[in-house]
This record gives sequence, C-alpha cells and structure tokens, in this order.
Amino acid sequence: MTARFAAIETLGAWLLGLIWIAPLFWAIWAALHSGAAATGFDVFAPLTLENFVRAWNGAPFAQGLLNTSIVITIALVVQFALCTPAAFAFARLSFPGRDLVFALVLVQLMVSPDVLIVQNYQTISRLGLIDSLLGIALPYLGSAFGIFLLRQSFRQVPQELDEAARLEGLGPIRRLWRVYVPLARPTYIAYGLVLVSFHWNNFLWPLIVTDSVSTRPLTVTLAMFATPDQGLDWSVITAATLMSVAPLLVAFLIFQRQFMQNFMRAGVR
Amino acid sequence: MIRGERKEAIAGWMLILPALLLLVAFTHYPTVAVLIRSLFGQGLHGKAPPFLGLGNYRAMVADPVFWQALRNNALYAAAVIPLSMALAIIMALAVDAATGARIAGRVFLRVAYFTPTVLPMIAIANIWLFFFTPGYGLIDRLLSPFGLGNWNWLGSTATALPAMIAVAIWREASFYMIFYLAALQAIPPTLREAAMLEGSSRLNFFRRVLWPLLTPTSLFVFVNVVIDSFRLIDQIVVMTHGGPDNATTILLYYIYEVGFQYWDAGYASALTSVLLAGLAIVALVQFGLLSRRVHYR
Repeated sequence: MTARFAAIETLGAWLLGLIWIAPLFWAIWAALHSGAAATGFDVFAPLTLENFVRAWNGAPFAQGLLNTSIVITIALVVQFALCTPAAFAFARLSFPGRDLVFALVLVQLMVSPDVLIVQNYQTISRLGLIDSLLGIALPYLGSAFGIFLLRQSFRQVPQELDEAARLEGLGPIRRLWRVYVPLARPTYIAYGLVLVSFHWNNFLWPLIVTDSVSTRPLTVTLAMFATPDQGLDWSVITAATLMSVAPLLVAFLIFQRQFMQNFMRAGVR
Repeated sequence: MIRGERKEAIAGWMLILPALLLLVAFTHYPTVAVLIRSLFGQGLHGKAPPFLGLGNYRAMVADPVFWQALRNNALYAAAVIPLSMALAIIMALAVDAATGARIAGRVFLRVAYFTPTVLPMIAIANIWLFFFTPGYGLIDRLLSPFGLGNWNWLGSTATALPAMIAVAIWREASFYMIFYLAALQAIPPTLREAAMLEGSSRLNFFRRVLWPLLTPTSLFVFVNVVIDSFRLIDQIVVMTHGGPDNATTILLYYIYEVGFQYWDAGYASALTSVLLAGLAIVALVQFGLLSRRVHYR
C-alpha cells in the first residue's frame, strides 16, 4: 500500500518535473537540428550548429550582452552603495521620522516601478535619458527590497560588537564599514544574485525606454529578432533564445545548490 | 547627550537621503503625478495637455476594452494565484529532503522545477509560442492521437487567456517553490519524529503540523503572487499582443498599449490609477491579515 503510494508520488513529481523542464529540453533539441527536422520531430535528423551561426549573425547579441552587463553593473554598484547606508540607519540609528520614512520605503515592495511606466517614462524623458543604459537602470536604483534585506541582516549583528566599536571612538560610517558590512556578506551575495537575475530577465521597461541597437539589452534584442512573423525557422529562434539565456543558465546549472540557497536567503524574512 | 542625539539624527538622515531621493523620484512622485496627469488630455504636437477634469475617467467607464481588461485580469489572478501556490507547495514537498524522502531523483527535480526562475519570461514565451503553434506545435502533436489538435490556441478567444495563464503559472510556481522549500527546511525534524511515533498519517501530519507552520510563508507568497498577477505581462507582449480581440489584454498590458502605442499619457494615467487602487486594496488586505495573525500568537 505505502509502496504503491510512493510510486504514485514519484510518478507525479516526475511528470511535473518533465513539464517544467520540457521547454528547455525542446529548445536545446530544436536549436541543434534543422528547422524542418525540429518541427517534424525527426529523431534521427543530423545535428547542426548552423542555427547558432545564423542567429548570431542575425542580430547584435554581443552588443546586447554588453548592454545587459553594463546595466547590471550599474545596478549592483549603485544599489549596494545606496542601500547599505540607508539600511544601517534604519537598523541601528535613531532619528526623528525614522519609522514613518521606513514605512514609505516599503511602499515600493507593493508599487514596483513596472506599474508606473507611464510616469517614469516622462521623468526619464525630462532627464534626457531615453534610449540610454542609465535610463534602463535608474528607476530601480533606490531599492526597497535591498534596504529591507540589509536592514534585517544588520539587525542581527550583536549589539556588543557595535558598542565595542563605538567605545573605540568609531563613528557610524566606520562602524558600518568595519563591523556590519563584513558580517552581512552572505546577504550581499544573495541580494546580488537576485539582482543579477532580475536585470538579466527584465523586459518591459527596457523595451519601452530603449530605441536603438546601442542600448538594447539582451531580452529586447532577442524580442526584436525572434518574432515569428519575420519568417524565421523555429530552430533559429530557439538558438537565439538559448544564446541569450546561456550565461545565467549555465551559471545556475553549475552552482545550482548555491543559487537556490541564496534565493532562499533573499526571500526568507 | 542632547548633542549626541542630534548628531545621530543628522547622520541618520544623511545616510538614508540618497536612496530615499531615488525612491521618491521613481515610486512616490510618479504615484502622485499619475493621479494628477490623469486629469489631463493627450497634448498632441508638443502643446500642453488640456485639462479634462474627470474626462478620462468618464471615457474609461464607457470603454469596453477597459472593462474587458479588468475582467481578464480578474480571471488571470483567480487562476494564477491558487494554482501556482498549490503547485509551489507540492513541488517543495516533493524535493525537500524530509517530506520527499521517498521520491527518487530529487536533485534533478529540484533543478527542473527551479529552472524557469532563471530564464527570462521573453525566452520562455518564445519557446511556448512554438508549443502552442497550431498543427505542428508540441501540444497539438500530443493531442492529435486523440483526434484533437490543429487548434489555434493563441488565435482563439476561448484559449488565448488560459494559455497566458499556463505560462504565468509555470513561472510563478517555480519561483515561489523556493520560499516553501526554505520554510520546510526550517521545520525541526523532531516534530516529524514525534508525529511518526504517534502513528500520524502523512496527510494528517501535513494538515495538522506542516500547513500551520507554513502559514507565514503562504501569506508572504500570497501577497506577492497577487502583486505579480497585476504585472506579469511579458509573455502577453511577446505572444499575443493582448489579442485576439483583446482576449489577453490585462490591465497593465492595456496601460502599456495606451501609453506607448497610442501615446495617450492622460488616459494611460487614469488606467494606472485604477491599478494603483487595486494594489492599495491588496496592501490593506495584507495589513488586515498580518494584524489578525498577531492575535493567534
């Protein structure tokens, strides 16, 4: 009875797993075959790398990769630099208005910049940043998520450590730098990883705010290239799709345990 | 002492100010500005937009596409929220070392379940686009032995929205599984041992022990999936453009269309304020749920 139940559980779990991984498996298979073989599910068709060559030559993927990397670098550096002091102030300093302002910060967890595209477009336009990499990153640079996450982490630093540093005459900035930041390293890694995958995957806002090859990130480059109405083979489209997900996907497959642990750390509140 | 306090207050404000400025500029300011902007018209040819009062809102009430977008969004949310939460829990139970002990190949399954999270929605959409292709797409091929198939999934008003829902669930379940997994791993093993000694069935153990312990996680996931059900539109932009016949237009997609294809910022702002009102209701519900939970403790 229990053996049969275990078999059903395993079967169900695997069925779900296959459905969840099927798109990726199919994409890999299709990208390695000719268009006719891929849509005809011809199992014995010869393998080919031709699709990758055609996709690579068909759209500026290298430029897209560069743009995505720059946006991610801006986001990482600026968010770390701005959220760290803010999180420290919210965690360990007391000043008038602190709790009210913190509540205001948390509003962004509800109202994300994605929802405010119409007005943010006006703002970015007034700043003259339409079709620029900074324009892609700017609305996300003040991050409630980052402040919240780091604040949680800073609050777990033992008060005695902070007190000892204070007695040595260290001001808030140096205490933050010498005591808090080193102890919060795992949180920075988790936060950084979530940030990288967010900006790697972000699509709607970059689509709206970019207008030329020199600024389009990978996702938008892919979308411009891989519209089926352009008469492309499915195999070429899947090859392009795989190319644009490959760096993050390969990193995930190699470091899957660390990846998931860090996502968990970022999500557990 | 007073001087110390004042110094700390100044330091506190200086430290939060840079981040706060950016947050205000791209969250609080646009939230307010959008409400004001919604009272003005389109402003063609570089002229200042004319003041319309509640004109945009009157147009909205008379706009059948707006009502359809609301209805679609409600259906989208009503399907995506419960199904992705249920699947997220099932997946987490299957790959957790303790609850899924009897399932073979857990490491592979864990990767399989989680993979959609690291894939961009637009990449996912491209692949699903092929799956839904009429005639030779994967789904029709699987259905053809049963005499079905050759169905235009994305081109028919009956199945286009369910197809978008399927893609959304596929992604959301994958992402939120990880939160349930984290919660399951935090549950002390002694609880399970005690339950097993008492001879409690696995179903009972889930219902009486795991489910209550997962409540905070469920609450967190619930709120986030609700928010996502307002804003997950990447696959709609790529796969259906809101069609056919607006069958897959949900509110944010309609905002995108009005704002960036018809370039009517006034009307798009009025639509955004409806979306913001929806999010405000979610915030209030969350607040209510959280304060209720405190009473339980």
